[in-house]
Amino acid sequence: MLKNRHIQGWLQAAPLSLVLLGFLILPIITIVVVSFWQATEFSIIPAFSLENYEFLFGSPVTYKVFFATFKYASITWAMTLAIGFTVAYYLAFHIKNQTTQIALFLLCTIPFWTSNIIRMISWIPFLGRNGIANSMLQSWGVIDQPLEWLLYSDFSVILAFVHLYTLFMVVPIFNTMTRIDHSLIEAARDNGASGFQTLTHVILPLTKPGIMIGTIFVLTLVMGDFITVRFMSGSQKANVGRLISNDIALLQYPSAAATAVILLITVLIVIGILLRFVDIRKEL
Amino acid sequence: MSKMRYSRRAVLKGGAAAVAASALPAPMVWAQEIKDITLRQFGTGVSNLNDVANKVKEDLGFTLEMTALDSDSVTQRAATQPDSFDIADIEYWICKKVWPTGNLQAMDVSKIANYDKIVGIFKDGKLTPESVIAQGTAPHTVGFVEGEGSKTFATEQTNWMTLIPTIYNADTLGIRPDLIGRPIESWTELLNPEFKGKASILDISSIGIMDMAMVCEAMGEIQYGDKGNMTREEIDKTMAIFTEAKKNGQFRAFWKTFDESVNLMASGEVVIQSMWSPAITAVKSRGIECVYQPLKEGYRSWGGGIGLSANLSGMALDAAYEYINWYLSGWVGGYLMRQGYYSAVPETSKDFMTENEWGYWFEGKPATDVITSPTGDVLAQAGETRDGGSFYDRMGHVACWNAVMDENQYMVRKWNEFIAS
Repeated sequence: MLKNRHIQGWLQAAPLSLVLLGFLILPIITIVVVSFWQATEFSIIPAFSLENYEFLFGSPVTYKVFFATFKYASITWAMTLAIGFTVAYYLAFHIKNQTTQIALFLLCTIPFWTSNIIRMISWIPFLGRNGIANSMLQSWGVIDQPLEWLLYSDFSVILAFVHLYTLFMVVPIFNTMTRIDHSLIEAARDNGASGFQTLTHVILPLTKPGIMIGTIFVLTLVMGDFITVRFMSGSQKANVGRLISNDIALLQYPSAAATAVILLITVLIVIGILLRFVDIRKEL
Repeated sequence: MSKMRYSRRAVLKGGAAAVAASALPAPMVWAQEIKDITLRQFGTGVSNLNDVANKVKEDLGFTLEMTALDSDSVTQRAATQPDSFDIADIEYWICKKVWPTGNLQAMDVSKIANYDKIVGIFKDGKLTPESVIAQGTAPHTVGFVEGEGSKTFATEQTNWMTLIPTIYNADTLGIRPDLIGRPIESWTELLNPEFKGKASILDISSIGIMDMAMVCEAMGEIQYGDKGNMTREEIDKTMAIFTEAKKNGQFRAFWKTFDESVNLMASGEVVIQSMWSPAITAVKSRGIECVYQPLKEGYRSWGGGIGLSANLSGMALDAAYEYINWYLSGWVGGYLMRQGYYSAVPETSKDFMTENEWGYWFEGKPATDVITSPTGDVLAQAGETRDGGSFYDRMGHVACWNAVMDENQYMVRKWNEFIAS
């Protein structure tokens, strides 16, 4: 019976399916179920109710917070893409020696040897009112008053995001770029394409899958984040992740679950749209 | 059977241990087996000190495992994970939330040796016979239950106590006098446009709303029936005032942890903010001027106590009572009072403090010598007096206790909106 190809196939797929079922599908189902429940401070009432969603969609704050989440995600995406693409391009096409290439690539990862939180928090004394940035600018005579918006603002939040997540853009783009056949670039040059034309007509289209993977990484990381927003905005700004974490901290699990479900759906829609543009599986 | 060793688990599960304890000559077993007992205590950082655990091991012989968490996590754990602790070191307002879950058991007052010496605040609510009881969740209102298994709070002292009070204090605003340069006398200053972009408030809803209420009331904007139990309308009005201030850029940041509040103040990002007493000390110990400013409207006060898990029984329960009696016997009280908190039984703590320390911390007298913290940091020089004065000056001017309201869920949602707006 084990020779039956169907059964073999099922058996081979079983371990992964079970893991996914236990650690992905079931938790999500639980979250969805809990999102329809009610809670008081100390007990959860398992009765079907739409109250959490009614409150969520009825509150103007929800829309503001979702808008802020998209704002952070899109600005961070644009900046990480610009920086990530440039770095990857330099590594892939300007460094001819493979050893140097790998060495420089590893150099990019060094900051990732310390924790996320530490890299983030180290910005705080740097950007503060009496921080290094402000005192430096003041001593140069560029500004008279310390710049208040450097810290605890959208600026500092996005700065931290870009700092934290650019590598997630560099890696996949660099990876696809190294696999571009160099003869294609030579061919473009032989046909009289300028450097810029080669970039836009040859390299960019061929790098799309890498950009897309990087985009998915950055968008999901930023949209699901709460700790960066909390620390870098001094708790003054909010994104959806913070809404959820506040709810959890205040024991409002059902309401947190409802927000999480909406966030999940939003992120899935965004990724669905992105995948319309590039078929990652075909390109890999 | 007396040679049998009980695993920690078995002792904590209690059933078997209780049988064993009653079947054996108790004192012998006690001495042998107590070393195997581990009590797991969790609570906020203020009183979860390793020094206390070490001293317990030394004085009582058993092991006390300490876990320090923030107030939200403490509430969460006490309410949802009753098996994860033996002793909960929580605040009285948390007790009001958690008690109805049945995760804690009431304590037999007759087993508490120093019960009679506990400060009146925790018994009938009155510090002195003529004191007026402040608004909010005053400790005595949730300090007792009707009977052993009761889930409702008693209106007067009974033989069953919910929490044994351990530590309490009166909170106010912290200021940087060097950066403000003029006297601060009222809670209204928190929203004074003069401090635009230089004020902060704490992002823990149940405490933050109190500070907000103190400010709004001082401004004369809102008259509260009970600041500790607001109506929806009062919550809306309070939040509206603060949301507007937030939009106008009054606040530099909100803080959630002790360290954040210290850093905001020490770095000069903030010059006036809600703060906790040891945070002031921490700023001062960096050589930066910082005052815990007494304000004319009074203090916002809080109190904590230790509660016993409903799962405790047998020998572990005996050990827990032993621990409580030890807690009130003075050493911990002295330790905490030398950090600027108050002990529930001040008179026993006196024996563990020098005359200078007692005078400075409790009586509000000028220090006759350098005042140091239990860990050796210098907190005050000779001649300095404590901000706010004596115990009776400070605890006698409590305007409101930290509280949990009937409209708590509504308030929480509004708070969430305030943070997100």
